[in-house]
Amino acid sequence: MASSTINSIREHVPEIATEDQEHRPVAIDIRELSRRYNDQPAVRELSLQIQSGEVFGLLGHNGAGKTTTIRLLTGLIAPDSGSSRVLGMDSMTHGADIRARTGVLTETPALDSRLTGRENLQFFADFFDIDPSRARQRIDFLIDAFDLNERESDRVGSYSRGMHQRLALARAMLHEPELLLLDEPTPGLDPIATRIVHLMIRAFRSEGGTVLLCTHNLEEAERLCDRVAVLERGQLIAIGNPRELTSRIVDQQIEIEIAPRYRDRARTAIIGAVPGVTVAAAENLVRVDGVPRERIPDLVQALAGAGIPVYRVTPRVSSLEDVYFALHEDGRAS
Amino acid sequence: MFYPLIAVSILMLIVLPLSNTLIAANTGAPAGVMAQWDSIMQRLPGDMALLIDPALSDAQRMILLGNVYVLAPFYLLIPLLVAMIIAADTFAGEKERRTLEALLYTPMSDRELLLGKLLAAWIPAVTVSIAGFLLYSVIVNLAAWPVMGEMFFPNAMWLLLVFWVGPAVAGLGLGAMVLVSSRVDTLQEATQLGGGIVLPFVLLIIGQATGVLYFSIALVVALGAGIWVINGVLLALTVRRFRRESLLLSSS
Repeated sequence: MASSTINSIREHVPEIATEDQEHRPVAIDIRELSRRYNDQPAVRELSLQIQSGEVFGLLGHNGAGKTTTIRLLTGLIAPDSGSSRVLGMDSMTHGADIRARTGVLTETPALDSRLTGRENLQFFADFFDIDPSRARQRIDFLIDAFDLNERESDRVGSYSRGMHQRLALARAMLHEPELLLLDEPTPGLDPIATRIVHLMIRAFRSEGGTVLLCTHNLEEAERLCDRVAVLERGQLIAIGNPRELTSRIVDQQIEIEIAPRYRDRARTAIIGAVPGVTVAAAENLVRVDGVPRERIPDLVQALAGAGIPVYRVTPRVSSLEDVYFALHEDGRAS
Repeated sequence: MFYPLIAVSILMLIVLPLSNTLIAANTGAPAGVMAQWDSIMQRLPGDMALLIDPALSDAQRMILLGNVYVLAPFYLLIPLLVAMIIAADTFAGEKERRTLEALLYTPMSDRELLLGKLLAAWIPAVTVSIAGFLLYSVIVNLAAWPVMGEMFFPNAMWLLLVFWVGPAVAGLGLGAMVLVSSRVDTLQEATQLGGGIVLPFVLLIIGQATGVLYFSIALVVALGAGIWVINGVLLALTVRRFRRESLLLSSS
């Protein structure tokens, strides 16, 4: 059932577009937004812009300010200073209009456990003034797309966590919003449920929708997001596309395989050839951190010149996770 | 949560009037009870003449006294409790179940959200009370028919009680519970704290049963007016203080 659903969604999802997004209209424009709770800063002078049609990841630990940002954008809470515009409207003065065109997945699914899955969707369709026949079509489609058909008439209290999350996401997409604000959409989901959620996000994006994805899941962010921003204690500490951030923030790391008896000589040769790098050696592997890509041939040449046989040189591909941890280690150090 | 309410409603609308009527009809009014009632009634203002009409038999007087007067303040507990319990569920209960946040992300304005929640508690409370009143009317008239020989219930005071005071009392329970719910996080806390509002109505019951006060038409009109004024103040306070932000932050 789930795999057929995934296949049917996949047919409608083109690969992530690579076109230049600079010229698209701005969907979210945040300027120096700040908000405190009881003297604790939740968001500090946050400024960023998200283009229409973009999947934008907001990364950070618990309490980094991700949920507060969503609340500020939708006009649920007021900022202490700064401003935000969503779909061209001011969050403070047009909260209701913004919410009418935005789907929000809250961190807890916030479903009524006493109603069935279908009833939960019908209940919310009324709040968004969806024409009843259109609502029925839309609910049928979403129940099918999120693989909830077999349990749609069961009370939500009997659903698994994954089903809760899928139903909550279906509810967020019920009124065909232009913008999705997703607060941790996949924690605790099994791989199939996660895949369904990811495919739906990509399908939404392929139809021109914009997504702000708040997540801890760095692999998810790397897979889905065109750009990401990293928040720490409410402050923006990095922004860019995942690849760009990786090359900018994480030092290049390579692994060199040699015979174990050459370890010390190899360390001396490497530091001599490329000063400033960090070398760690264990068994037959030497790991070098912080070597610029253009200096790798010098390094290999130095090893060969020192009479050390080199069996393999492997650049280690850094991930968004490396970026994230590098940034947060810097944050803690500073 | 609704079971105790159903039990209280059955007790007040069925068990008490039925027992009073059947006891009076089948055993005649116990002499001690009637003597006590007569002494109470004689201390009351002049419009009690009907109740001490010597032309009525003791059984008829007991049916009238019990069903029309003694149980009148009990009836007010129905709109009060239904409104309080539903209001506690829609405000504190939503916080506890964490279903409130999804509602806050809908395009409803703060005022629509408040109005929707208030009406969702007030309309059922008033509906249940009126339905309860109809049931009560049928039961007491049918059960008392052999003794009374006519439809004696409701009188004008009861109609005012049901359609003037009852909706006001539902509003009062609702207002009190909305104020309490904004300060607590669970349904249990809300019902415990909000339960205090029942106290004045218990005093009304004791007052009526002991003859300290008497539910005359004038008293019922004044009681309703007073409660509507209090409701107006509570509503104004609630509208002024009701903000999405405070609901959201108190529920997170």
